[in-house]
Amino acid sequence: MSAHPTLALAGVSKSFGAVRALRDVSIELYAGEAHALAGENGAGKSTLVKTLAGVHRPDQGMILLDGEPVVFTGPADAQRAGVAVIYQEPTLFPDLSVAENIFMGRQPRRSLGRIDRAAMRAATRELFGRLGVDLDPGRPTRGLSIADQQLVEIAKALSRDARVLVMDEPTAALSGAETARLFSVVEALREHGCAVLFISHRLDEIFALCQRVTTLRDGQGIASEPVAGLTHDDLVRRMVGRDLGALYPKQDAALGDVALRVERLTREGVFTDVSFEVRRGEIVALAGLVGAGRSEVARAIFGIDRWDAGTVTVAGRDLPPGSPTAAMGAGLALVPEDRRQQGLVMEMSIERNIGLTGLRSLRRGVTISRRAERDRAADWAARLRLKFARLGDGVGVLSGGNQQKVVLAKWLATEPSVLVVDEPTRGIDVGTKAEVHRLLSELAGQGIAVLMISSDLPEVLGMADRVLVMREGRLTAEIPRAEATEESVMHAATRRAA
Amino acid sequence: MTATAAPPGREVGARGARALVDLVFRARELSLLAALAVLVAVTAGVNGNFLSGQGVEDILLNTAILALLAVGQSVVVITRNIDLSVGSVVGLVAFVTGDVLARGAGLVPAVLLGVAIGAACGLVNGLLVSFCRVPALVVTLGTLYVIQGLDHYIAHGRQINAVDLPPALLALGNGAVLGVPYLPLVTLAVMLAVGAYLRAYPSGREFYAIGSSPEAARLAGVPVRRRVLAAYLLSGGLAGLAGVLWLARFGTVVGDSANGWELLVVSAVVVGGVAITGGVGSVYGAALGALLLTTIGSALVVLRVNPFWQQAITGALLLLAISVDRVLAVRVARLLRKGGRR
Amino acid sequence: MTRVLRWDVLVGALLVAVFATGSLTVPGFATTGNLSFALGDLGEIALIALAMTLLVVAAEVDLSVASVLGLSSALVGALWDGGLAIETIIPLVVLVGAVCGLVNGLLVTRLGLPSLAVTIGTLALYRGLAYVVLGDQAVAQFPPAYTALAVGDVPGTPVPYPVALFVLLAAVTGVVLHATGFGRALYAIGAQEQAAFFAGIRVKRIKLLLFVLSGTVAAFAGVVFTLRYGSARADNGLGVELAVIAAVLLGGVDFDGGKGTLGGVIAGVLLIGLLRNLLMLGDVSTEIQSIVTGLLLIVSVLTPRLVSVVRPALKGTP
Repeated sequence: MSAHPTLALAGVSKSFGAVRALRDVSIELYAGEAHALAGENGAGKSTLVKTLAGVHRPDQGMILLDGEPVVFTGPADAQRAGVAVIYQEPTLFPDLSVAENIFMGRQPRRSLGRIDRAAMRAATRELFGRLGVDLDPGRPTRGLSIADQQLVEIAKALSRDARVLVMDEPTAALSGAETARLFSVVEALREHGCAVLFISHRLDEIFALCQRVTTLRDGQGIASEPVAGLTHDDLVRRMVGRDLGALYPKQDAALGDVALRVERLTREGVFTDVSFEVRRGEIVALAGLVGAGRSEVARAIFGIDRWDAGTVTVAGRDLPPGSPTAAMGAGLALVPEDRRQQGLVMEMSIERNIGLTGLRSLRRGVTISRRAERDRAADWAARLRLKFARLGDGVGVLSGGNQQKVVLAKWLATEPSVLVVDEPTRGIDVGTKAEVHRLLSELAGQGIAVLMISSDLPEVLGMADRVLVMREGRLTAEIPRAEATEESVMHAATRRAA
Repeated sequence: MTATAAPPGREVGARGARALVDLVFRARELSLLAALAVLVAVTAGVNGNFLSGQGVEDILLNTAILALLAVGQSVVVITRNIDLSVGSVVGLVAFVTGDVLARGAGLVPAVLLGVAIGAACGLVNGLLVSFCRVPALVVTLGTLYVIQGLDHYIAHGRQINAVDLPPALLALGNGAVLGVPYLPLVTLAVMLAVGAYLRAYPSGREFYAIGSSPEAARLAGVPVRRRVLAAYLLSGGLAGLAGVLWLARFGTVVGDSANGWELLVVSAVVVGGVAITGGVGSVYGAALGALLLTTIGSALVVLRVNPFWQQAITGALLLLAISVDRVLAVRVARLLRKGGRR
Repeated sequence: MTRVLRWDVLVGALLVAVFATGSLTVPGFATTGNLSFALGDLGEIALIALAMTLLVVAAEVDLSVASVLGLSSALVGALWDGGLAIETIIPLVVLVGAVCGLVNGLLVTRLGLPSLAVTIGTLALYRGLAYVVLGDQAVAQFPPAYTALAVGDVPGTPVPYPVALFVLLAAVTGVVLHATGFGRALYAIGAQEQAAFFAGIRVKRIKLLLFVLSGTVAAFAGVVFTLRYGSARADNGLGVELAVIAAVLLGGVDFDGGKGTLGGVIAGVLLIGLLRNLLMLGDVSTEIQSIVTGLLLIVSVLTPRLVSVVRPALKGTP
């Protein structure tokens, strides 16, 4: 092991508006070592990755390459320094071929500097061979499944012969076999002297792959230590900062009538034959891997996407496909997965965002009553303990957790009978997370039916009365609270079809 | 939503979708050629003069300038931008070049001046779009009028006459080698060069990457701003060259040459299969689009259709092209979705 | 500080400044007759700008408005030539405008095509149809009662009828945009279409409506234009889309949608009108006017972007 780390961050801070994403964080990546980055959603992991990748420039602190300070003015600089990054969300060119996506900017050449397509395809096949992937190098990436897209990203990173390989949740959409294959390739790279930074929400993977782990919480580095000697619980405690039990306070509530019934719902190629029901007072979790079709089911139920077959019934009334307006009218509310794109209009004020779901009810005559709008916002802001300066401020200045509260307020103000929440605590701080959990529990106590999609397994296990598990577009298991464990849920989520 | 006729079996889905994708990519050039063949056959059937030497030469000459502009425009559109100022640039360059030639300037410096003026216009557009991040449509709509105003201001009602121009230039516009006029040869050379560059060079592929996903291009370290600037420089420079060719072809030029041609050019590019949303298409398709539009114009004359129909047909073709592209893309996406899960 | 630096307020101030400068330096500018004429000359642009504001706020654009105006003018001429009564012609032509808008709207909302591409296509199509309808001839001699309506003033005031109509429609548009749920929905759609759709707003229906409105207004503007000049021609209003879009953007409506006020747009329309009038009084050639309009358009999109780059830098500390 060389004296200097290949790549390091020293005392790095980074803020976005009012949100302090990273505070005085240091991390050292050594050649031949796989380094895990642990932390809850919103702890600052992705910001750290993008800083290493040259996408963000630190407000304070510096980046050290072989012990020397460097400034990455853009992703190209980081790439030249030998940093290859696999982002959480695939960043591909949908119109270009798989091979071109992998070799963009570094295509093999032949005479006159022209691209050697045959060599490019051969190299792609070779990379896919190492990864055990069966994809045609010549096809466009448009239409690839998320897992396949992620595999192309991995091949892209491998092709760089990087000195530092950064992987932000590369396994989120992969099957067990694909993950094992990836790990053996990473292992080989590491042995050849590559420094690896690995992020995963599956702690087992961290223990299997990595030698060191750095834990982030609320943008701050908590610990950087060898993996050997740590237990699962140690790591969770560092990530969460308290014992798990206090976090998930779902109270038992009396179950009422069936509020939401989904029967044989199918959207071809996306999900198939999904049937379940949620009763008043019940929290039902929908678990599974990213890309298993959970969010898509939620979107279809709420009318964002059309379904091809099946029925959705709310309080005994069948919903027409493809109409959010009808779904809202029937008493459905959806807190969507992507807060910034789907949940909020970032340029609008807090009160207008909360008012957006009630444009009709806020009407006095033809025009909107600004007082009614403000009252509605103030009421819900108080009930959800929203931290804000003025209701007229743009939601963009709020922290992630408070933004999520605005989304919740916007939907609770419609007084729904069925609340669908998609990743309700992604990217928000621990304190707010606990508040959201308490709120969901209270809502169930008041007789609202809650359908919760979450990739956060402890959250699923702590909150849900029942856990539904999806895999590859189908419901594969229904597990009552008493029998739900990490093992049983993960097993149902990853088992390959017989 | 229309339901597809028979839902294909799942196992057929993936392979069928793949084949369909291939077909869609190749089909544009083929269907353009087919449309062209039908058009020519029908028109020639009605009036044999359509395929006379003179008729074909006219079409080739008229296509040459439009196709040259379409080549430049397609590079811009591939990066998910647009250049509406090209028509005005042609007008400005045609007049200014004619003016300096009439005052006795040498042919080569005059041609270079024309291309330089075009490139300068492209530079302004490109800087505004790439570095100031102003919407391309608005910028080039603005420069369209500014350049057009400049053209009119400089011309001030005057006219450049063929007799004042050097014979060598007019020979370029109307002469031929082995029966093939020069103008289409110039365009052909430019088209092949740009087409080869876009296809075979790493920096050429980056234009497609930018149009396909600007965000991914940034993360991949593609110099997005420089490439967009380059696209506008090329489009402007080629518009300058087209201005010179315009002068060579027509000899007599007033202050509003090529007025409104930006519509024709954009239509040619889009009809030729370059996606208006960027990332897809080729300069060959764009040039074919130009050939088709020009041939339609000539056919209307031969068929004695009211020539006023031409603009309406251009617009309708543009709409048809983007609609068909979109419908096909949705179909393909649906097929891929259905065949997607393994 | 943000309040003072608001773009629409700046444009308003600029408008006052231009007016003051004009009054002091250009003889014949600040007369009732001239101003009344200047306003009347703006009529069509102002009317179309109202509908365009709604579209641009919702992050769409309609480049075909000038062509619809031309088609409407050509139809008025052809039908009048064909012996129809003007009372029949006007509703008929306005209906055709609505259909033109409907075509734009259906292509945008049903097929999901970018409005830019669609309306570039229909810009060519509708103008082409105008030529098909009327060729290059001109039709004149409309009934004096109607041409008087287009150029005359509301009795007892120096306000031309089209301007009075504009004031009325502007008031309605202002209320719709700034005080109703519909207006709120437009801003939400323009700023973040997905979030608006997720909030149960009928995005497609609203957009379709806006395009129909835009076509209708443009066709009506074509009628006004024809009667005002007493001449129906297929090339009437060529390039008017530029002035309209320039006025809307100059008024502080963001081309990417979600931002802007109607007050700003009205200031933008008036500013363009005054500048044109001043250039005309100053005997500046029309080509310079075209250059000025083009430059204004560029400046109006460029300045806010530059401000957004410069402002954080001025504030200094991150």
